[in-house]
Amino acid sequence: MIRKIKQRPEDWLTVTPQGLYCVPGDFYIDPPGAVARAVITHGHADHARPGHEHALTTPQTLDIMRHRFGPGGVPDGQSLDYGTSLRIGDVTLRLEPAGHVLGSAQAVLEYNSQRIVVSGDYKRRADPTCAPFEVVTCDVFITEATFGLPVFRHPDAGDEIAKVLHSRKTNPARSVLVGVYALGKAQRVICLLRAAGYDAPIYIHGALEGLCALYERHGIALGALRSVTDAQTGELAGQIVLAPPSAARDRWARRLPDPIVAVASGWMGVRARARQRGAELPLTISDHADWDELTRTIHDVEAEEIWVTHGREEALIRYAALHGISARALSLVGRDEEESQ
Amino acid sequence: MKAFARLLDALAFQSARNGKLQLLQEYFATTPDPDRGYALAALAGDLKLRTAKPKLIRELVTERVDPELFRLSYDFVGDLAETAALMWPATEGHCDPDGSPGLTDIVEGLNRLTRSDTPEQIADWLDRMDATTRWGLLKLITGGLRVGVSARLAKTALAELGHVAVSEVEEVWHAFDPPYTEIFAWLEGRDPVPDISKAPTFRPLMLANPVDESELLAFDPTAYFAEWKWDGIRVQVVSQRDGNGTLQKRVYSRTGDDIGDTFPDILDGIDFEAVLDGELLVVRDGVVAPFNDLQQRLNRKRVDPKLLDTHPAHIRLYDMLVAAGEDLRDLPLRDRRVRLEDWFGKTQPTRFDLSPILDFSSWDALSKIRAGARDSGIEGLMIKQADSAYQAGRPRGPWFKWKRDPLLADAVLMYAQRGHGKRSSFYSDYTFGCWRQDSNGSDVLVPVGKAYFGFTDEELAQLDRWVRNNTTNRFGPVREVEPGLVFEVAFDSIHPSKRHKSGVAMRFPRIHRIRWDKPIEEADRLESLEALIE
Ligand SMILES: [Zn+2]
Ligand SMILES: [Zn+2]
Repeated sequence: MIRKIKQRPEDWLTVTPQGLYCVPGDFYIDPPGAVARAVITHGHADHARPGHEHALTTPQTLDIMRHRFGPGGVPDGQSLDYGTSLRIGDVTLRLEPAGHVLGSAQAVLEYNSQRIVVSGDYKRRADPTCAPFEVVTCDVFITEATFGLPVFRHPDAGDEIAKVLHSRKTNPARSVLVGVYALGKAQRVICLLRAAGYDAPIYIHGALEGLCALYERHGIALGALRSVTDAQTGELAGQIVLAPPSAARDRWARRLPDPIVAVASGWMGVRARARQRGAELPLTISDHADWDELTRTIHDVEAEEIWVTHGREEALIRYAALHGISARALSLVGRDEEESQ
Repeated sequence: MKAFARLLDALAFQSARNGKLQLLQEYFATTPDPDRGYALAALAGDLKLRTAKPKLIRELVTERVDPELFRLSYDFVGDLAETAALMWPATEGHCDPDGSPGLTDIVEGLNRLTRSDTPEQIADWLDRMDATTRWGLLKLITGGLRVGVSARLAKTALAELGHVAVSEVEEVWHAFDPPYTEIFAWLEGRDPVPDISKAPTFRPLMLANPVDESELLAFDPTAYFAEWKWDGIRVQVVSQRDGNGTLQKRVYSRTGDDIGDTFPDILDGIDFEAVLDGELLVVRDGVVAPFNDLQQRLNRKRVDPKLLDTHPAHIRLYDMLVAAGEDLRDLPLRDRRVRLEDWFGKTQPTRFDLSPILDFSSWDALSKIRAGARDSGIEGLMIKQADSAYQAGRPRGPWFKWKRDPLLADAVLMYAQRGHGKRSSFYSDYTFGCWRQDSNGSDVLVPVGKAYFGFTDEELAQLDRWVRNNTTNRFGPVREVEPGLVFEVAFDSIHPSKRHKSGVAMRFPRIHRIRWDKPIEEADRLESLEALIE
C-alpha cells in the first residue's frame, strides 16, 4: 500500500542564495539581486531591487519602484490589487495589506491545500498612509522580527508627536529637524502632525519631495509642504523640518537655525541607540511591529509553524516555544536591520 | 514621578549646558513643593534614600518575565534599569496617569518601609507607571541618575529661578535639608533671605585653577603667597555655639558632606569657635602618611578603634573664614592669615597645625622648591594672591594650584567599559595592566589602574573601534580585549594597596598618550611601579 507522504512547506518555499524561492511558481519573493521573476512585498530598498526581468507587486509599490529606479529599473512590471488571486504555475498568489507603508503587502501562497504567508515588514498600529494589516490564517507564517525583543514596546505615536510640538513651542528661535526615512516614515509623521492640529507649512528636504508627491497622487493628503532649498534665511526659525537621517547629521543641516535634532524610529526606545544616532529629541515612531504586535500576530494567524526572519529571531522563537508554538529562524541574505529605504 | 522622569529623560539627551539649564528651570518653575525639592536633592546628590540593589531589580523582573527573554533583552540594552523599565509587563487598567505615585510618595515611602516590604512596594509602583517613569524610578533607587547634571548646575538653575547669584544659593544651601521648601520660598519672593549665621553650616569653598610655570611668569611673585598642597582631602571645620550655648562641631568634605562621625579624634580636638579651611591627613610623629592611609579611615562606615591609634587623623590649616562669629571672608588673605596665626598661637588646638607659608623671591626659586619636594604627603604647590578675598567657587585668577610633575608608566589595555551620558555608546573607561611573573614563571598582565580621560574625542572614537575589534569576552557593559595596545599613563603618585590584586593603587591616573606603535612586551613591569612608591 502506498502512503502519501505529507508535503513539507520547505520543499516548495525554499531559501536559496538568490533569496526566498517558490518552486512550483518559479518566482522569488523580495530577492536581494536581480532575477527573472520576482514578487515584491513593498518598496523599501532591502525588499525592492531594480533590474528584475519581471516584477509583480501592488499598484502602489509598482509606482514607488518606478519612481525610485526609473522605467529602466522595472522593465516589465505587473500590478496585482489587494485581495485578488492569481494563478502562477501550480501556485495561487494573493496580496493582502501589511500596514507597513503605502502599498505594502503580505504574499499569501497556496499550493496543494497548504498556505504560507510571507508577511514582509508589517505593523498593527493605525496609520493613515496605508491600508491596515489583514490577518490571514495559514499553515506557515513568515514574520519579521526587527523589534523582536520585549524591550520594544512602541508608545502611542500621537504622544511622540506631541513632543515635537512642545519643543517647537518652547524654542521659537530654533527649528525642529526630524530625521525620517523618505518612504513611509516621512509621510506618516506629516499625517501625525496634521492629526495633532498642526496646519502650518512643513519644510522638507529635496530627497523627500518625490515620494511625498507620489503619496498625494495616491490620495494621501499631506497639507502644505515647502522645500527647504527655497526657504529664505530666518524663515526656518520655529518651523518643523523633515529630512533623511543622513542629512540631519550632515553639513546640510547647518543651514537651519540651531536645529533641535529629532529622530523618528523604533530604535529610539532604547536610549543608548538613540544617543548613537545623535538625537536630542528621540521619537519612538515605528513602521515595524513592536514586541506586543509580533507576539499577538503569531497567535492570530494560528499557524502550525512560524518562520522568523530579519531581526532578533532568538527572543521571538523563545516566546513561541514558551507558548507551544513551533518556530524557527529563516536566515535570508540582504536584509537590513535598520529601517532603510 | 512622571514629571521628574520626563525631566531626567530629556536631560539625558541634552548635551548643551544651556539646554540643560532651560529644562531644569522649566521643571522647578512648574513643579510644586515638595516634589521639586526632592528632585533637586536627587540631582545635586544630596538625597539620602534607601537604595535598591541591582539584584533586587533583576529578581522583580524575572519573577514576571521569562529569565531567558530578560537575558536577551539585557544583552541588547546594556543597562539594567532601562531593561527592567522597558520590559516590565503592563498591568491591565492600572496605568492611569493620575494613579501613578508622586516623587514625594516614593522618597518618603522608601524611607519609611522596612527592608522586607520594599520589593513589593517597588513592584506596585512599577505596575502603576509608564515605561519612562519606571526608568526614572529605577535610576533613582539604584542610585545612579547620570544625566550629566552637576550639583553646581542644579544650583545655577535654581539661582536663575530667583534671579540671584549662584553663590547666594550655595551660601544658604547647607543650612537646609531636602525638600528645601525654605529656599524655594526665598527664591520665589515669599520669604526673606534665610539667616544662617547661627547655624553650623558649610560655607562654599574657594577653589584654585591649575597653572604652569609659563603662565606664572606674567604675574608679580611678591603679590602671592605660596604653600604646599598637601595630599589629603580638603575639609572645612565648623564649630559654632547654638542658641543653648552648646558647641556644634562639624567636619565637612569639600562637597559639604558632614564626615565628622568618621573622625571622632578630630571632633575631640575641637574646643574653639571658628570656621577653618584645611587638609585632612593621617600624620604620625609629625610626618604625613601616604594618601592610602587616609583612605582606610575614609572608607569605613563605623569607626574602628584600632585605626584611631594606628592611623591618627590630623588637620593642617590653610585659612580662617569665621573667627568667633566674625565673618572674615571679605578680608584679604594676608589679613586672614594674621588672624589665623594669632588665633592658633592662643588656642593651640591638638590635632591641628598650620600649613607653613613658603619663602620665595621669584617664580624660578619657587620652581626649585617645588622640584625638591619628594615628601609623599605633598601633591604640589598652592599659589594665592595675598589680597584675595575668600570667594565661593573657582574664580579665575586669585588662586592657583601647581601640581608636581606626574609619574609615567607604560601599561597594556585589558578591559574597556562603556561610559555614561554623551559617551554611553563609546567604550571610554579603560583598565590597564603591567607585567608580572605568575607562579609558573610566565609573564601575565595584572590590572594596575583605570582611567577615563586624557584623550581627545577623535582618539576616543579610535579607541572605541579598537576595543570593538579586539574584544575577547563580554560581561555586561565591560569588554575584555586581546592585549595589544599600550597606554602611556600619567599619575600623581602610587601607593601600596591591599584592595587591588596588583598590590598598588595609582592616584589620579589618566591616559597621557596612546602608544599605537609600542609592542605590548615593552610595557612596564609591576616591579618598576613598586619602585615608585614613596
Ligand atoms: Zn520595510
Ligand atoms: Zn525590511
